[in-house]
Amino acid sequence: MSVASKSKTEGTILKRLAEQFGEAVVQTYDVPGDLVAIVKPEHIVEIIGWLRDEPGLEFDMLMDLCGVDYLPRRPRFEVVYNLYSVKLNHRLRVRVQLDGDNPEVATITSLYKVADWFEREVWDMFGIKFIGHPDLRRILMYDQFEGHPLRRDYPYNKRQPIVAARTRHL
Amino acid sequence: MALTVEKNPEAELDTNSYLLNIGPSHPAMHGVIRIIARLDGERIEKVEDIEIGYLHRAFEKSCEQAGWNNAFPYTDRLNYVSPLINNCGYAMAVEKLLGLTVPERCEYIRVILSEISRITDHLTCIAASAMELGAFTPFIYFMKAREYLYELVEEVTGARLTVSYVRVGGVKADLPDGFLDKVNPAVDRVLDVVEEVGQLLTRNRIFIDRMKDVGAISREAAISYGFTGPLLRACGVGFDVRRSTPYHVYDKLDFDIPVGETGDNYDRYLVRMEEMRQSARIIRQAIEQIPSGAIAVTLDGQPMTGAEMVLAAEKGMTADLPFRMAVVDPTLGGTEKARKDAIKVHQPGVSLPAKEDTYGNIEGLMNHFMLIMDREGIKPPAGEAYAAVEGGNGELGFYVVSDGSGRPMRVRCRPPCFPLMAGLGEMLEGGLMADVIATFGTINMIAGELDR
Repeated sequence: MSVASKSKTEGTILKRLAEQFGEAVVQTYDVPGDLVAIVKPEHIVEIIGWLRDEPGLEFDMLMDLCGVDYLPRRPRFEVVYNLYSVKLNHRLRVRVQLDGDNPEVATITSLYKVADWFEREVWDMFGIKFIGHPDLRRILMYDQFEGHPLRRDYPYNKRQPIVAARTRHL
Repeated sequence: MALTVEKNPEAELDTNSYLLNIGPSHPAMHGVIRIIARLDGERIEKVEDIEIGYLHRAFEKSCEQAGWNNAFPYTDRLNYVSPLINNCGYAMAVEKLLGLTVPERCEYIRVILSEISRITDHLTCIAASAMELGAFTPFIYFMKAREYLYELVEEVTGARLTVSYVRVGGVKADLPDGFLDKVNPAVDRVLDVVEEVGQLLTRNRIFIDRMKDVGAISREAAISYGFTGPLLRACGVGFDVRRSTPYHVYDKLDFDIPVGETGDNYDRYLVRMEEMRQSARIIRQAIEQIPSGAIAVTLDGQPMTGAEMVLAAEKGMTADLPFRMAVVDPTLGGTEKARKDAIKVHQPGVSLPAKEDTYGNIEGLMNHFMLIMDREGIKPPAGEAYAAVEGGNGELGFYVVSDGSGRPMRVRCRPPCFPLMAGLGEMLEGGLMADVIATFGTINMIAGELDR
């Protein structure tokens, strides 16, 4: 299987997405080199699932999933899904905006296996809860760590006590 | 007293599975990581957990604490075997945000150095995995070969690992004189070693037995796990960022993308071996094509040290300063006016001025300070950008968000190792305990970029 040359369908991706989901798509824009769609968080599983399975789109790879803290903007948090189609060689960035200091969004672990770890990292770093995630615990920090370090109101130079080695499982 | 052991043939063997903890610090694991495996005899029944994060150094948080250019030293420490590729990836993301295109010579410099780094990365991976399987000779040979390349890197950047060579909108300095003539001989020597080690390993019975059909993963699972780089290509998917989303001058260079069939450890080894030869091809073509760095600037005046220039400028004797060439410290070599425009974008808000201007006129001095001062410097417009390069282990992406100030609001690094490690459990399950070492070796986990 070889990667197709630059997809001819790229120009219509955002249009098709907006037509399919109407109000659930808040905004779409095309910055040079990047296609971006901002969608409503309630519909994220539905939308990403459709993008993955719809013929002609086929975003079969979740290239990246990350959080962003836009403090002091409201809504404060964002989860960014970078999708890629290995088959058709096009990319799409889907952003969802989450309000409140304890934001929640549905998990997409049922769609991509790698979402498990990516979502754990976002939970760890930003405290964004992924509803339905099978195993939502910290991944980079240790269990006793307090707070979520990549939040912009977490002080850069804050220190936390050293804890004993992890003892889970054994 | 003689020790007697009572044997009871009636007693049943203990058939319970049990948990085995491997790591976080284990002599056969390069990198701090902990695998908790449920064993049934010598077979891995289930990988209960893989714990990462032992090398977390707050890379992303640190990047938010200073200017956009100050993140480069941190990127060196992501994949420390190929830091130049990380440098390029981050620079490209910020350049995308700024809407910049770097000069062509700079693009070629980045490509040459990236490919040199890719070879060092693959050399290290194969060397370490072979050593862990008991083949010590390839390790020694490859470390020696890597040294030839590190010598090149050192000549350009002044450092072997912590290079910090790339800048937003260019590179730190032009290539040193005569450098390009040294690249081909060094690459030739490396390729000789690659062939030699190939003869030692590729058809080696023990090596094949340990690698073939071990640690395999299906194409579908690899895509679902977000695998990129040699591991995905070993599954037969020809995805390579250099080809699918060509950046810099990769579309002008002719190279092949090797793919495997079965996605096992042996295919990964073969893919990496071939990629080193392809990288060498790319380097050779790039050296042929790279445009000259010399540009038409009149430099008939006498060379002058920076201190003399500053003194002259203070006394107002500036009439002939524009025609003088600065004698700079060796660490700043290659940043003189005659060479600067070929390696950096010509934008005062992004690139540092040539040293002649910094020392010799007030505009240059102010420009320099405005770029260096805290909370000043480069100010990309508010917005976000994602740029990816083909790193040693796959797609290395940077997602940067700017709020229009002199500091990044968010620098997200998409490390290629992270999805690979997420899929490690699936690759190990059903295999033998001893295969953990082989599979973990071919993943080439770099804790620096995995944990950030």
